[in-house]
Amino acid sequence: MTSEIAGTPIVLDIRAMRVAVRTDAGDGPVLVNDVSLELRRGEVIGLIGESGAGKSTIGLASMGYTRRNCFIVGGQIVFAGTDLRAIDAEGRRALRGLKLAYIAQSAAASFNPAMTLMDQVCEAPVRHKVMTRADAEAAAVHLFRELDLPNPETIGSRYPHQVSGGQLQRVMAAMAMVGKPEVIVFDEPTTALDVTTQVECLAAFRKLIRVHGAAALYITHDLAVVAQIADRIMVLRHGKMVEFGEARQILQEPREEYTQRLVRERTEGHAFIDAKSAGALPVLAVESVVADYVGKPKVIDGVSLEIFRGDTLAVVGESGSGKSTLARVVTGLLPRVAGDVRFNGASLPPRLSNRTRDQLRRIQMIYQMPDVALNPQQTVLDVIGRPVSFYFKRSRKEVRERVLELLRHMDLPEHFIERKTSELSGGQKQRVSIARALAAEPDLIICDEVTSALDQLVGEEILRLLKRLQDELGVAYMFITHDLGAVKRVANKVVVMLRGQMVASGDTASVFAPPYHPYTELLLSSVPEMRPDWLDEVLARRRAKAAA
Amino acid sequence: MRILGHKLSVTAQIGLAIIAVNLIVAVFAPLVAPYDQTTILGDAWADPDIHHWLGLDNLGRDIVSRLIYGARMSIGLALVITALSFCIGIITGFAAAVTGGWVDQALSRLVDLLLSMPTLIFAFVILSVLGSGLPVLIVTIAVLDSTKVFRLARSVAVGIVSLEFVEAARLRGEGWWWIITREILPNAIAPLTAEFGLRFCFTFLFIAALSFLGLGVQPPDADWGSMVKDYRDMINFGSAAPLYPAAAIAILTIGVNFVVDWMLSMHSRGQGEGA
Repeated sequence: MTSEIAGTPIVLDIRAMRVAVRTDAGDGPVLVNDVSLELRRGEVIGLIGESGAGKSTIGLASMGYTRRNCFIVGGQIVFAGTDLRAIDAEGRRALRGLKLAYIAQSAAASFNPAMTLMDQVCEAPVRHKVMTRADAEAAAVHLFRELDLPNPETIGSRYPHQVSGGQLQRVMAAMAMVGKPEVIVFDEPTTALDVTTQVECLAAFRKLIRVHGAAALYITHDLAVVAQIADRIMVLRHGKMVEFGEARQILQEPREEYTQRLVRERTEGHAFIDAKSAGALPVLAVESVVADYVGKPKVIDGVSLEIFRGDTLAVVGESGSGKSTLARVVTGLLPRVAGDVRFNGASLPPRLSNRTRDQLRRIQMIYQMPDVALNPQQTVLDVIGRPVSFYFKRSRKEVRERVLELLRHMDLPEHFIERKTSELSGGQKQRVSIARALAAEPDLIICDEVTSALDQLVGEEILRLLKRLQDELGVAYMFITHDLGAVKRVANKVVVMLRGQMVASGDTASVFAPPYHPYTELLLSSVPEMRPDWLDEVLARRRAKAAA
Repeated sequence: MRILGHKLSVTAQIGLAIIAVNLIVAVFAPLVAPYDQTTILGDAWADPDIHHWLGLDNLGRDIVSRLIYGARMSIGLALVITALSFCIGIITGFAAAVTGGWVDQALSRLVDLLLSMPTLIFAFVILSVLGSGLPVLIVTIAVLDSTKVFRLARSVAVGIVSLEFVEAARLRGEGWWWIITREILPNAIAPLTAEFGLRFCFTFLFIAALSFLGLGVQPPDADWGSMVKDYRDMINFGSAAPLYPAAAIAILTIGVNFVVDWMLSMHSRGQGEGA
């Protein structure tokens, strides 16, 4: 906390707050246990932790709101001298959207697609009768300009689907700011964005907070992001406060063991690139492949790559770069238009339905979202056992034994075999997904953003597991990701994609070393670093480049 | 009281009680009914007395007994028809969603064609041409009804098909029957069950309407719709006779809807506030 902030009045004072689940069935778990914080005018407090840490619950509770079946059961939330728990729902509603504002993670899901942006930005102050529509519009245009949105005068007449994700996130910030709030809650506002877009949004948010002198709670799971924006950081785990202190202290000299682990994962990163190509013939060879969706321009255009046994090849790019489409072409879900895909030397039929069962078996896939990658109505035995019985025609007893063996391999307890997949945690589900892929005994596993939906430490364990399996089985990975940190650690080869074309490819060490392709450099420079000055440096460098 | 780990609301309990009573009466009709449904016991429109609680009908048959046998016919028929229409609707709807392309187009347009014609008039035409025997009645209404089930099943399945576990099954090389029965159906069962309750009511009323118009269940078999038709003139003479079968239809419909509402609320999520 800088000295100028230390003297400003406290706007939000949370004292020993407890939030718990209460349902018809009785008392549930305590989500937030005894958390206290004082937020001063002009201050940004970062709330950091993994999923289930209670970050979002605190964010909502600081506005006196909880999700269904959750209740604030203890403590006080004092905003501008009034305890939000002591006033009625009407009183709280009068504050929300006006004095207390909230910016959600997914702007795309939070906007009403049937209303223009301006209608939605102006809704709260007009509804609360503190501004006329004309005043609100003027304020909105002013904010659009401050947030560096293109065409600030006219962008308000567009609909949410007509602007990009990063722009929409900034419009949401304008929506929060238009009522001149005293406290803003940012709930993972950049998590759904590409790295290059994230930089723009972070810069815009920070400018906004500074110019308006508002206080903010910034919720994120990414320490490097919070480093750029927060004055103080609170580390949370399982609903309890682990550590609370100045941003610099948390990042540079964390006291608690858990914080140290979080910081270490982010700064060091365990390099385990020792994936080695083996064999003379590539497992997968993609030769100048072209693909499109009917009636649309080419989604991938002239992509070539080779993956050998034991290789980990990373396909890197932002959303819309065609990296997931490439996976669909390889698996045959999307038939290629031109080019060839060879597997162990033989050309694969473009269409999934024309491939033999053995060809299908040899390419397996692991998905980004473990929640939807596994049928929630099936047990672990059903999920992992099906490839075994489907491809290898084993008896029920043999299937069960094989599943148990795979579970042991995944470091999952054997009694999980009877569990429904919906009862598992994210990391456990992802292990089951890996086991399902391995059950087919494939030559190539396509990993589509396998860690991006997981917490940092859990994702790290999954990467380590994949690595161990590769060492033992020699399986090749095609690793689709936007996480350049993970790429540097696991991949020995990399392909960088931009708008459907390859802009760089080769060994990881050579692609990620100068001289870079300009786009590779942009990607690399957009990955947030743990230094609080990082954002300023990046922005200064870009300004210098633009001027030159 | 709890079912499947969910608390039963008061209305749901009432609904379940109504359905249970109706089902028991329908199944055990010969044991419960005091007389046979076709036996003539006295004068037409005899007043209620100790032996005939609701009196006798236009031909001198016991109204209570006819209501009980009518429950069997009406409920049994509605169940069979709804079940059949769901089998047809779910299989075709899921198949359309899974295969997509021209199969989806062909099935969807065929359904549009059937839906574009007023159901009652369409049923009228078919039943007049083919005669109104029970098998014809069952198949006609089931096919007409299955178009609505198709719409629902297809839209539910389209959402599920886009999920990655279905894609995973496709990549494994599973056939469409496996995908329909193992991957989609277990995840679509909640909305489909609720729809079943709703459709059951509609079918029930549809049969009643057809019977009322003389094209449904044929005499001398009792069913609630044709009973309303047979007794309707007595309303002019201040007799309550037509109200009994009408009330039976209304009560069962309300009961089923109570349960359906509860099932729907069980699966919908909302936002709440608790400070």
